[in-house]
Amino acid sequence: MEQQVEKILETRELNVNMGPQHPATHGVLRLVLDIDGETIVKVTPYVGYLHRGIEKLGESLTYFQGLPLTDRLDYVSAMSNNIGYVVAVEKLFGIEPPERAKFIRTIVGEMSRISNHLLWLATHALDIGAMTVFLYCFREREWILDLFEMICGARLTVTYPRVGGVRNDVPQEFLDSLYKFTEEFPTRIPEYETLIDKNRIWLKRTVGIGVISAEEAINWGLTGPTLRGSGVQYDIRKHTPYDAYDKVDFEVPIGTNCDTYDRYRCRMHELRQSNKIIKQCLEKLPPGPVMADTPKFTLPPKDKMMPITHPTKEHAYYIDEKVCKGCGMCLRACPAKAIAGEKKKPHKIDQTICSQCANCLVVCKFKGLKIVPGGKGLSEDKLKELAAFPLPEEITKAAEHLVEHFTFIKRGPRAPEGEIYVATEVPKGELGFYFVSDGSGKPYRMRIRAPSFIHAGALPRLCVGHLVADVIANIGTIDIVLGECDR
Amino acid sequence: MTIDTLINIGINIGITIINIAIVFAVAMLHVAYATYFERKVIGHMQVRLGPMRVGPHGLLQPFADGLKLFFKEDIIPEDADKPVFYIAPIIFLVAALVSLAVIPYYQGFVIADINIGILFIFAMSSLGAYGIVISGWSSNSKYAFLGGLRSAAQVISYEIAMGLSLVGVMIMAGSLNLTEIVNAQHESPYGMFAIPQIIGFVVFVIAAVAETNRTPFDLPEAESELVAGYFVEYSGFRFALFFLGEYIGMFIMSSLAAVCFLGGWTIPKFVTNVLPFLTYVPGIIWFLIKVYAFIFFFYWIRATVPRYRYDQLMAIGWKILIPVALVNILVTGLVKILL
Repeated sequence: MEQQVEKILETRELNVNMGPQHPATHGVLRLVLDIDGETIVKVTPYVGYLHRGIEKLGESLTYFQGLPLTDRLDYVSAMSNNIGYVVAVEKLFGIEPPERAKFIRTIVGEMSRISNHLLWLATHALDIGAMTVFLYCFREREWILDLFEMICGARLTVTYPRVGGVRNDVPQEFLDSLYKFTEEFPTRIPEYETLIDKNRIWLKRTVGIGVISAEEAINWGLTGPTLRGSGVQYDIRKHTPYDAYDKVDFEVPIGTNCDTYDRYRCRMHELRQSNKIIKQCLEKLPPGPVMADTPKFTLPPKDKMMPITHPTKEHAYYIDEKVCKGCGMCLRACPAKAIAGEKKKPHKIDQTICSQCANCLVVCKFKGLKIVPGGKGLSEDKLKELAAFPLPEEITKAAEHLVEHFTFIKRGPRAPEGEIYVATEVPKGELGFYFVSDGSGKPYRMRIRAPSFIHAGALPRLCVGHLVADVIANIGTIDIVLGECDR
Repeated sequence: MTIDTLINIGINIGITIINIAIVFAVAMLHVAYATYFERKVIGHMQVRLGPMRVGPHGLLQPFADGLKLFFKEDIIPEDADKPVFYIAPIIFLVAALVSLAVIPYYQGFVIADINIGILFIFAMSSLGAYGIVISGWSSNSKYAFLGGLRSAAQVISYEIAMGLSLVGVMIMAGSLNLTEIVNAQHESPYGMFAIPQIIGFVVFVIAAVAETNRTPFDLPEAESELVAGYFVEYSGFRFALFFLGEYIGMFIMSSLAAVCFLGGWTIPKFVTNVLPFLTYVPGIIWFLIKVYAFIFFFYWIRATVPRYRYDQLMAIGWKILIPVALVNILVTGLVKILL
């Protein structure tokens, strides 16, 4: 009889689809949960809903153009991603950025870490139900984003570091405001902590949840605070320092209980350590240039091209009939369609339509284009006469720079052949860039080791056996961003 | 039967209808502004302003929200159990609304002064749980289903704790009639039962938070886990019905706390002895102050604490609150017999 009843009352797990649209999956993570009552039996993460093919896109862009793609990886700490990318490219090309640039990068990298950890804490707490922490964290995060805006005009997708340094020097107001921030921020951290740190409910929800031993954490490939929460002392900033991390003094906090609470504590300590690093960097910030002086690998400064690109409205362009082979390059490049001529015969510029954009100048392979300073509005014969005179050195130099600029953008400096893997410590863990170079200006293959992707893989290990609510706590504790995970 | 009695009955019915209209209108207005109050309170606790755009200081925001919900498309899932799906929010709201009938707002103003006021409120709040359970079931959505299950378990567990916590009050007042409970409090030396029944009061407050599905016990609608819980598939005005029911439920729990523990519309005699002018303040003011203080407390909790996990919630209900409430009854009973 009992057996019969058992046969009729066959139970099976409820299959719940969590995501890709779900308030707590931090983007578009999709988890398929098999639950028995409220207990998790099986978790299968599905990724790829935010796949934009960034690795493939990188192959069609020069090393120098690939930088803005990295903003879109982990968009909550774009600055760190930028730094990871430029550090990798610099190593490939063998460029050494100047000291000041290194310090500035360290500063902005740590600011990005603070803003990332604040966002992490905000959302993690909100997932567990503490909604006030969310807004407190956003208050300080706003400050950091405003600071980013001060140095590069963007708040989220910054693209501030450059291969060989940073885009521009930091303004004084930025340094003042940042110093004020470093003074004030340590007093703000206890505000978050009073709300959750000693809260019984918070402890009940985090202590003993998502326990993963040090050995297992290493085997799962976890990095960053997620690994350090399990008591593994591994931080790339400490062990293979890049930028100015070898010149500052900081500690790497580690946990002991390997659970969600310890990972939370680790990140809270990291906030303090990052603040400490910024403060030291501000004190030690050396004077000097912010871009490496490597003309081959860096764009010529804009002011060097000025004589040609700016007062051009007074110049005239003239095609030297003796040199012109009639290849048609300038004809195609002209946006105003001022150049006319048959194939294999010298072309001519219609001076009345010419907008003096200098496009023809940079595309001409035979140096058949002449600039006539102050030649605007003159007759064809007069131009021919004037073009025969040698140009002032300032203008020829500027023209050279302009051509250099063009080839730099179009083709990119050639990288040495070979393979390279460079990892940096981004807020979420180890972000690695792996380049295969075939000696051209573009990577043959760009591979990104995204910590979020690897952490998302460890979710089943963390969740199985716990309850549905713990899945949320676990998604929070591994700190993933799907932009980086799906790439 | 004479004409006079008929006229009397007619007048009584008329008065009752007017009373109902007043209470209903005030309750609806209360819900509108309770949402506004909540958003403002939580906003200021979270260093922001809350609604500011619609009207001065966002005062017309509740109406804008109501209009929006009213004109929204009513989406019904294809595979939903339609009749049950339609009726669930109505059960939930009606169960909440009828409880308003037995609450004494001030001396003599109560729509139905019945002898079993407390039991009636319990019965209605249990009935409201049916609305939640069947809405979760009929939506044919797994999130709603889980929300409904959680809610059923939660309401049953906490109803027991809440019922037991009020037994002490019943023993002290010797009645289940809410008006008599208030009068008994006014005559007792403490002025309010929250003082001698402090344990019962604490248990009641915790159970009331759980009963109204609010943080930290908002598991049936845990946003980060179940998206919205049992009403995840409801939209437009059906959603608004749940929303109304929830806020009225909060009002009823606050009123029950005010009536059973804080002395309802009265103030303790030891206060009026010191400050005699307070007796001129109308009773309804005291009642509303107590109710809104309690509602404020609900909001305050929401802004402060995280959410419990399902098993932890159950453990608190069964392992802590119910035993504590039982001990409270025992002590109250013994004191009543011995003194």
